[in-house]
Amino acid sequence: MNQHHGMTLIVKNTTRLVSGFIAVFGVYVALTGHLSPGGGFAGGVILASAGILVVLAFGREFSQRLVTETQYHLYDSSAMAAMIILALLGYLAGGFFVNFMNATSPQSVGESVGRLNSGGTIPLFNLAILVKVAGGLAGVFLALAAFRAGGRSQGADAPSVALPGGAGEKED
Amino acid sequence: MGIAIYLLTFAILLAGLYAVVAKKNVVKIIVGAAILDYAVNLFLVLIGWRTVSTAAGAEGGAAPILAAGQSGRQLLASAVDPLPQALILTSIVIALGVTALMVALALRLHEKYGTFDLENIRRLRG
Amino acid sequence: MGMELFILMLIAFMLAASLIAIETRDLLSSVIAMGAVGFALSVIDLLAGAPDLAITQVVVEVVSLILLVRVVTAREETQPVPSDALRTAVTLLAGGIFLAVAFFAFGGAGGGATVPPFGQPVLTSANPGVSADYLARTAEQTGASNVVMAIVLDYRAYDTLGEATVIFVSILGAYAILRRVGRRKEARA
Repeated sequence: MNQHHGMTLIVKNTTRLVSGFIAVFGVYVALTGHLSPGGGFAGGVILASAGILVVLAFGREFSQRLVTETQYHLYDSSAMAAMIILALLGYLAGGFFVNFMNATSPQSVGESVGRLNSGGTIPLFNLAILVKVAGGLAGVFLALAAFRAGGRSQGADAPSVALPGGAGEKED
Repeated sequence: MGIAIYLLTFAILLAGLYAVVAKKNVVKIIVGAAILDYAVNLFLVLIGWRTVSTAAGAEGGAAPILAAGQSGRQLLASAVDPLPQALILTSIVIALGVTALMVALALRLHEKYGTFDLENIRRLRG
Repeated sequence: MGMELFILMLIAFMLAASLIAIETRDLLSSVIAMGAVGFALSVIDLLAGAPDLAITQVVVEVVSLILLVRVVTAREETQPVPSDALRTAVTLLAGGIFLAVAFFAFGGAGGGATVPPFGQPVLTSANPGVSADYLARTAEQTGASNVVMAIVLDYRAYDTLGEATVIFVSILGAYAILRRVGRRKEARA
């Protein structure tokens, strides 16, 4: 078993089973944020924790083959842009950040309270915040893991500690 | 009772402040900043809390979420204040982002000086 | 009354855990005690009618605990030096004065409270402010049934945009700090 690339087989198999469900739960919490407790911020952190679990269990190289830090940062930035575009679309109903699809505006989708597509732009903002928070936190965690592996191998003046090589992945 | 609750909250805030001001270890300072943040969040949640007197006696207020078939007026009679909660919700996630930033700074410091101790770092810098 | 007593006990637990987190000499214990403070806070959120905050607090606590535990276990042990006695004395004095002022501000000496009493927020006073309006009219004005989300993303969305910017900038700063090699150094090597 290769200790340098992630944790033991048990952890890896459990991660294979669980991480997808965690990601789906994060999206669910964000999508139903306007109906029940939750919302984009909580959902984003849950989605990011699915990515963090993959980094912890399989190691940095494996998860960088799936999504790199640059791609995570791209998600982060484009979600921020989506938020601002949604806010600008409020000018359809008269102003910045005006909820242009809700019950009282002319573009109303006409759904009653308690349905998934009620609330106008609130679910859309929740989705944007979900992608933004998840991309930002997962990317930062990946960058932290990469920094540890890189900072150890180079830098002659850093005190060399007797940890197995590629120590970035060991967690005990 | 109410004053005791508020004063204990402020004691937690002071504990965090003490760690930020007087501790010499970078990790302790990060922990202190996090505790400071928790205390402020706790105070704002408690300021919005509400007791509702029912037939069975005083009870805690309900969450500000409409149940099926409930009108806003009915919610107004029983729910806690939603405004402080809305202000805290974003601040919790901001605290996480700031913690990530502080952790990155601490790792950089450790890479350069080989210690988390601010006193040693000052000495090494000369 | 029973609820208030339970909240009081949980806050006392938070205070004890935060004192342990600050004063213990082992950094790993310190970080884990900080986690205990956060989880107790999420239980209080749940009891005080704020399920949104409870969910967010739990997941944020887990992620920040992972971040800090990785920092502490990755690096070698550093023995924390005892803190400066003068700074400790000054902090304790300032803390005492602060708590005394807070005691009078909350009407501890009878009358003259500048903060609404516990259990009676501004919402229930004679001049209820905007909160009552949000609670009563969210359903017909925005169509959302979670009032907190309606405030965050509709009534006060400007505020949320600002806070999203803060998260964005802090993450950007972390990326900049963690960049492996500076450009200058890379060109020289």
